[in-house]
Amino acid sequence: MKDSRAEAFDSPSLLGNLLRRLHVDIPLFLGLLMIGGLSFVILYSAGGQDMQVLVRHASRMGFAIALMIMLAHINPKQLQTLSPLFFAGCVLLLIAVAVMGQIGKGAQRWLDLGVFRFQPSEFTKLSAPMMVAWYLAEQSLPPKAKHVGIAGALLLVPVLLIAKQPDLGTAILVASSGAAVLFFAGLSWWFMAGCGVIGVALLPVLWHFMHDYQKKRVLTFINPEADPMGAGYHIIQSKIAIGSGGINGRGWLGSSQAELDFLPESSTDFIFAVFAEEFGLFGCVSLLVLYLLVIMRCFYIAVQAHDTFNRLLAGSLSFTFFVYVFVNIGMVIGVLPVVGVPLPLVSYGGTSMVTLMAGFGILMSIHTHGKKHPV
Amino acid sequence: MDTRFGYKDPLLEGRIFLSRVVAAFVLIILLMLGLVVRLIYLQIVGHEHYATLSKDNRIKIAPLPPTRGIIYDRQGRMLAQNLPTYTLELIPERIEHIDQTLKDLQQLLNISDEKIELFNKQRKRNKAFTPTPLLQNLTEDEVAKFSVVRPYFPGVDVYVRLERHYPYGELASHVVGYVARISEQELKNLPVDEYRGTDHVGKIGIEKTYEAELHGTAGYEEIETNAQARAIHTVSTTDPIAGANIYLSLDVDLQKVAYEGLRDYNGAAVAIDIKTGGVLVFASRPGFDPNPFVSGISAKEYKALQDSDDQPLYNRALRGQYPPGSTAKPFLGLAALEYGVTDFNHPLFCPGYYRLPNSEHKYRDWKKWGHGSVDMNEAIMQSCDVYFYDLAMAMGIDKMHDFMDKFGFGRKTGIDLVGEVDGLLPSREWKKRFRKHAWFPGETIITGIGQGYMQATPVQLAKATATLANNGREITPHLVEKVVGKDSTDYIGDQEPKTLGLNKQNIENIITAMTNVVHGPRGTAGSLAKGIHYHIAGKTGTAQVFSVKQEEKYNEDAIDFKMRDHALFVALAPVEDPQIAVAVIAEHGGHGGTVAAPIAGDIIEAYLKLQKSGHHER
Repeated sequence: MKDSRAEAFDSPSLLGNLLRRLHVDIPLFLGLLMIGGLSFVILYSAGGQDMQVLVRHASRMGFAIALMIMLAHINPKQLQTLSPLFFAGCVLLLIAVAVMGQIGKGAQRWLDLGVFRFQPSEFTKLSAPMMVAWYLAEQSLPPKAKHVGIAGALLLVPVLLIAKQPDLGTAILVASSGAAVLFFAGLSWWFMAGCGVIGVALLPVLWHFMHDYQKKRVLTFINPEADPMGAGYHIIQSKIAIGSGGINGRGWLGSSQAELDFLPESSTDFIFAVFAEEFGLFGCVSLLVLYLLVIMRCFYIAVQAHDTFNRLLAGSLSFTFFVYVFVNIGMVIGVLPVVGVPLPLVSYGGTSMVTLMAGFGILMSIHTHGKKHPV
Repeated sequence: MDTRFGYKDPLLEGRIFLSRVVAAFVLIILLMLGLVVRLIYLQIVGHEHYATLSKDNRIKIAPLPPTRGIIYDRQGRMLAQNLPTYTLELIPERIEHIDQTLKDLQQLLNISDEKIELFNKQRKRNKAFTPTPLLQNLTEDEVAKFSVVRPYFPGVDVYVRLERHYPYGELASHVVGYVARISEQELKNLPVDEYRGTDHVGKIGIEKTYEAELHGTAGYEEIETNAQARAIHTVSTTDPIAGANIYLSLDVDLQKVAYEGLRDYNGAAVAIDIKTGGVLVFASRPGFDPNPFVSGISAKEYKALQDSDDQPLYNRALRGQYPPGSTAKPFLGLAALEYGVTDFNHPLFCPGYYRLPNSEHKYRDWKKWGHGSVDMNEAIMQSCDVYFYDLAMAMGIDKMHDFMDKFGFGRKTGIDLVGEVDGLLPSREWKKRFRKHAWFPGETIITGIGQGYMQATPVQLAKATATLANNGREITPHLVEKVVGKDSTDYIGDQEPKTLGLNKQNIENIITAMTNVVHGPRGTAGSLAKGIHYHIAGKTGTAQVFSVKQEEKYNEDAIDFKMRDHALFVALAPVEDPQIAVAVIAEHGGHGGTVAAPIAGDIIEAYLKLQKSGHHER
């Protein structure tokens, strides 16, 4: 097979071979790299052209890619076996955080291990769908009401613990990742409709249990102009930034709103507003298409998987990635309340990128290991 | 496949999963389209709106206050100028060890602990990038001292500001006025845009009257700022236009002569250039130093000024209302001639008193034994009261009022200074309206010698005298000769001065009589004639502060100074070609001839000397 033509493609195929040997899915990886590359461009502008910010972002991304490759190596079968243990560990850590939160003041999300601080809720984003997928994979599908109930109860434990922290954004993401597993498992449409009705009916009860600042956020979301210097400030400034971008945008480094500090959290949760101001509607639609391509590849991987656990987990991870994108952009453009969800792969800081890349690592693992099987 | 629990159908599961993925994908597409619709709404439909808001966010307008116009006297000497004052200011965020820096500065410049404390208080209120003053009004020495070590004090600098200064202090305090901090009340009435960067405004005098001209036009800088209002860079600058410079007809040399002449008395002196109506002297004594008002006068200092018996803040030349006394006689004499009530040469016997028919009340002459037979010339020259009692009775109050009104008594002269008062020219209507009483004949009598209700301000007396000297063409006194600024305007007075339509011969006769007051054999101001080679026409006056009872002799030495009569003198000179009209009032000065006349004489002398040497040419 060693002819001259193969020789000519030797170097690219060498890289391709290496990546394949690393269990890396090349189309997905390319999509992630494009978004990741774009994140540097946006962050350079949003972070006040601070090279330090880029260096830290790069190191975090490097760590996340390494974790992704590591997870891609692990056989999904092993992941499936470890799922209950992983889930139980996360719940225990969340309880630990809650207990420490009693001692400390305000929001307690971090667990300080001396040298290393981390948010157990981040891991739950992976362990919760894994647990539900593990449970449902054991059942005949579509799931019966009893199984749905048990899955729901399993899910509710970490969701409530996280919401109590309080971290509404993560709680929503964890809940939706678990619900997505149920959805892909074939949860009856009627059941979903019923849940929707009950959910709406329970809204006042939920309202009653919400923290004041959470209530304020919802109220502010409904009418941001009511408190332009306080709670509404984020949304108003963000809308100004996006709107002033127009169709073509002000151009790279042209975001005066972020540069002049009018836009708060411009390099973290609200980075999309900076992007929208600088690159306009064209840029926004292009970014959405880029995200869509990644989601499509993820769905492709999910559909290609034959094992129930793999399939459900892949579907859930794909859908959760979209939920990330939708909740973040939705809140930045003022159609969803401000809940503190970063723009995936682009926002600076936090552990979210690590978790996301770990999820992609699992997807790659599912795809590459699944492929090898029939051979 | 694990089938430990129940029956699993991999085909069904696969089909369900595929349909669910399709459903999820459709949902995703729909939601993404929703986001795009919202983005279109924000970025296309709302673009203009948000772009405007964005600009408002970024661009702050910083005012650039204009430099206030300078006030000059007739010879181009600065009466009000802008001097640099130095302030030591710190920008906290640029200073690494602020406490140490403060300690070092305290040692270097001898700054009190209170000032450090005040600075620290202010620093906490200000943003870290705002220059905060530590020491104000640095001396040249202190500036020099700091300049040497400045490189070692990053974030510390000396800032220069212009502050109003009045080099002549109290000499022209009432006429030039002063600026001080804008009050809340004033702020409401000032154009907001023009005064955004200005914190001083004219309070009295020319400074207030010509505030609009002196202020200038404010400029502004469009500065791009961030959310903390820190300036990032200047987008555009519109330069301010400095206020117009104002040239007064006032002459500092003459003002000095008047002010120093009054040194023993409270009083006022006004001199008018007859040819132009320009006010040469506008002195009110005592004056006050206007400079403390600029930087903020202390409550104690201000109270001292307000409570002083001498009332230094009171502009006597403009607002002081005195009975004109005998200085009214030339005008009343002219009235009688104009109305044909008497003849210039018609004599009257003065026994030393005047008595109404069927009345015991004696209206006394100042000369107890009387002047004997006097005509109008002698009556004015010797200031015979009885002659004018008789004249007044012959004319009646209505005619007297109407004629005196023409000369501007009882109404504002229209001088370009705010705060002028009307004085008082009594009439039947006035008394009915304000005193709720009918007019008594006795009141007509004393009005004949400028006493009773009648009150005139020094500037009114000067104006009336100038009008007389101007052959009965009305003069409106004015202080500002020229406004030199953006749109330069000279003073435009009455192009055609209103003529009172008086008989020229009558005026000449009156001026002759007034000339005799100075140069005549028994003139009441004879001392003025000594050593001058021109003629002055004048009239002395003595305004009663309190009435002497019947049969009681007025003894100047025996009564308290505060009860003494006011001394008045009005004059015009030279008689041959009148150029200057003067009115002088020395409160409690006693006889006009002895106290007020020499001051007027000195002003005239100094003025004519200046004219001769050509000093008035700017």
